[in-house]
Amino acid sequence: MTTTTYREAMRRALREALAGDERVFLMGEDVGAYGGCYAVSLGLLEEFGPDRVRDTPLSESAFVGAGIGAALAGMRPVVEIMTVNFSLLALDQIVNNAAALRYMSGGQFHVPLVIRMTTGAGRQLASQHSHSLEGWYAHVPGLRILAPATIGDAYGMLAPALDDPDPVLIFEHGALYGMKGDLPDDPDPVDLTSAAVRRTGDDLTIVTYGGTLGTALDAAERLAGEGIGAEVIDLRSLRPLDMPAVLASVGRTHRAVVVDEGWRSGSLSAEVSARITEDAFYDLDAPVARVCSAEVPMPYAKHLEDAVLPGADDVVTAARSLGA
Amino acid sequence: MTGGDGPAGGDHRLHLLRQMLRIRRFEERTVELYSATAIRGFLHLDIGEEACAVGVTGALAPDDAVVATYREHGHALARGMTMRAVMAELEGKVEGVSRGRGGSMHLFDAATRFYGGYAIVGGGLPVAVGLALADKLQGLPRVTACFFGDGAVAEGEFHESMNLAALWDLPVLFVCENNLYAMGTALARAQSEPDLAVKAAAYRVPSWAVDGMDVLAVEEAATRAVEAVRRGGPHFLELRTYRFRAHSMYDPDRYREKSEIEAWKERDPIPALEAVLVADGALDDDTLARIEAEVAAEVDDAVAFAEAGTLEPVSDVGSHVTATPQADGGLP
Ligand SMILES: Cc1ncc(C[n+]2csc(CCOP(=O)(O)OP(=O)(O)O)c2C)c(N)n1
Ligand SMILES: [Mg+2]
Repeated sequence: MTTTTYREAMRRALREALAGDERVFLMGEDVGAYGGCYAVSLGLLEEFGPDRVRDTPLSESAFVGAGIGAALAGMRPVVEIMTVNFSLLALDQIVNNAAALRYMSGGQFHVPLVIRMTTGAGRQLASQHSHSLEGWYAHVPGLRILAPATIGDAYGMLAPALDDPDPVLIFEHGALYGMKGDLPDDPDPVDLTSAAVRRTGDDLTIVTYGGTLGTALDAAERLAGEGIGAEVIDLRSLRPLDMPAVLASVGRTHRAVVVDEGWRSGSLSAEVSARITEDAFYDLDAPVARVCSAEVPMPYAKHLEDAVLPGADDVVTAARSLGA
Repeated sequence: MTGGDGPAGGDHRLHLLRQMLRIRRFEERTVELYSATAIRGFLHLDIGEEACAVGVTGALAPDDAVVATYREHGHALARGMTMRAVMAELEGKVEGVSRGRGGSMHLFDAATRFYGGYAIVGGGLPVAVGLALADKLQGLPRVTACFFGDGAVAEGEFHESMNLAALWDLPVLFVCENNLYAMGTALARAQSEPDLAVKAAAYRVPSWAVDGMDVLAVEEAATRAVEAVRRGGPHFLELRTYRFRAHSMYDPDRYREKSEIEAWKERDPIPALEAVLVADGALDDDTLARIEAEVAAEVDDAVAFAEAGTLEPVSDVGSHVTATPQADGGLP
C-alpha cells in the first residue's frame, strides 16, 4: 500500500502502460517538456523519450485524428487533451471518425484509442475552461466513456481502456488531481463495465460520478446524521451505463437522486433518470430528483461559481424532498 | 492620459511610455493580489510584451474593433478600459468590465469596441473575420485588430481565418504576438515553418515581422498596416516579443533557460523607450518620477475601487444567458 494522489496514480498507470507495451505512446499539448498541464506526465519524457511521449502543437483536431490513424495502423495511442472545452476542436475526429469507423467500414477497421482529458469546474476558470461535457460524449454510440472518481480508478482504468479494441474517453475532474489516498501495490484490475457502490444505505440512492462523488458522499454523511441512509453509486462508466447496479439499488431504496455537474437539459442525468423511470417506475416511492449545475456558462466570481455548482446542501435538500 | 507629459509637453512618445508603465505596474499589483487570493483562476501576464498592445492600439481609431486573447490586460488598458473596471473584474466584482463573470481571461467592453478576451486558443480569429465582414457589408471604413499568440498559428482556425479574410478582402489586422512559446512549447518545436510572417504570406496576406520590444517600431508598423487595411484587405504583423513571467500563475516555468529570460529582459521595452527619450532630452528623472507616481496612484485607486466593489447577487446568476430567461436557468 502506498499513499499517493490521483495525479500520481494516473502517472503510474501511464508509466506501466508505456513500459509494458511498445505500441503505447502518449501524445498531446505540453505532455513532454512541460510535464503535462496538470503535471500528470511529469518525468515520462525523460524516461521514455520524445517518440513515446510526444509533444504536439496546438492542433487538437490534427493530433486527435493522428491518434485515430495510428490506432488504425496498430499502435495504442493515449492522446491527452488539456481540457474538455478544447476537445470541441477535435469533436469532428472523435464523433465522425473514431466513433464511427468500425461501423461504417462494416467491421473491417477499429480504433483502439484512449483519449484522456480534464473536465469540470471549481477553480474559477470561467466560461471557456470549466464545463462538464462528458455527457455529450456519452450520447455517441461507438465510444466508451469513463470517469474515474477515486485513486483506484485513476490508476486502474487505463490498462483495461488500452485493452479495449474501441475508442475510450477518460474524463479526469480537474479538482481531483491533488486528492490523496492509498493505492495497493498490486491493485485488483478494474472492471470497466460496472458501477461501484461507494456507500451503502437503505433509504435512498444517490447516483453520481467523477467530481461530484465527494459531494454525494458528503451529503450522505449529513443525511446519516438525520437518520436517512443514503446509498451512493459511482457510475464510473457513463457509456455504457451499468443500469442493473442502479436499478438493483433503487429497487431496495425506492428513491433516487441523480447528481451531475453537467447541465440538466439533455444530459447524462436526464438519461439516468429516464432509465430509472422506464425500468423501475413501480419501485419508486417518489419522482427521481436531479441536482445539476445551473444552466449558465460558468461565471468567474467565486460566489457565483459556488452557487452554480451542485453542492452537498443541494443534494441533502433534494433527498429530503423525496420524503426519505 | 495623454498630454502634459514631461519637458517636451505633448511628446507622443511619453504617452506610449505612460501606457506601458500603466500595464506593467497594474500587472505587478495583480501578482500581489493573486498571492493574497483576491484574484483567482488563471492569470496570464503581459509583462515584457507591453509594447505590442500599446503600439498597435495606438494606431487604431476609436471606432475600430479589438479582439484579444486571455493575455489581454494590456490590450484592455491601452484601448481605454479604466484600470478601475479591469481590476474590479479581476476581483470578481459586479463593477468589473464583465460584471465579474469573465475574470482575467474574458474582458469585454462595448464602449471601446473591445470584443473580448478569448481563452480557446485561436477562437478569436474567426470572430474578427466576422466583425470585418460586417464592416465591409455595411460600407464602414473600420478596422478589426485581432491579437493572438504564436501558438494559435498551429490551430486550424488560424488558417481558415487567414484564408477567409484574404479571399473576401476583409479589413482585419492580424497581430501575432510571437513570444516564442505556447505554454511550454517552444515555437521551433511547434511549427514546420517557424518564420510566421512567411507562413501568413502564403495566404496572400501582406505580412511583416517587427521588433515587438520597440514600441515606436510597433506603432509605426501598425500605423502603416492599419492604413493599408482600411484601404482594403487583411494584413499580418508578427511582433517578436517575449514574456518575462511564467505562462500563468500555475506555471513552474521549467522549460526555459534562465539565461534566455535574462537576455530578453535586457531588451525590456520600458527602459528601452526611456533611454531613447532621455537621449533626446525628452525625459528627465523628475518627469519619470512624476509619471511613475501618477501611475502608482492610479493603480492604488483601482485596487481601492475593486476592493470597495460589490458582488453580483447570486439570484442574478441566470441573467444574460439569453435576452429572455430560459425556463431551465435556475440554481441547482
Ligand atoms: C484550443 C486550446 N488548446 C489549448 C489551450 C491551453 N492553452 C492556453 S494558452 C496556451 C498557449 C498559447 O500560446 P500562444 O498562442 O503562443 O499565446 P501566449 O500564451 O504565448 O500569449 C495553451 C496551450 C487553450 N486555451 N485552447
Ligand atoms: Mg506564445
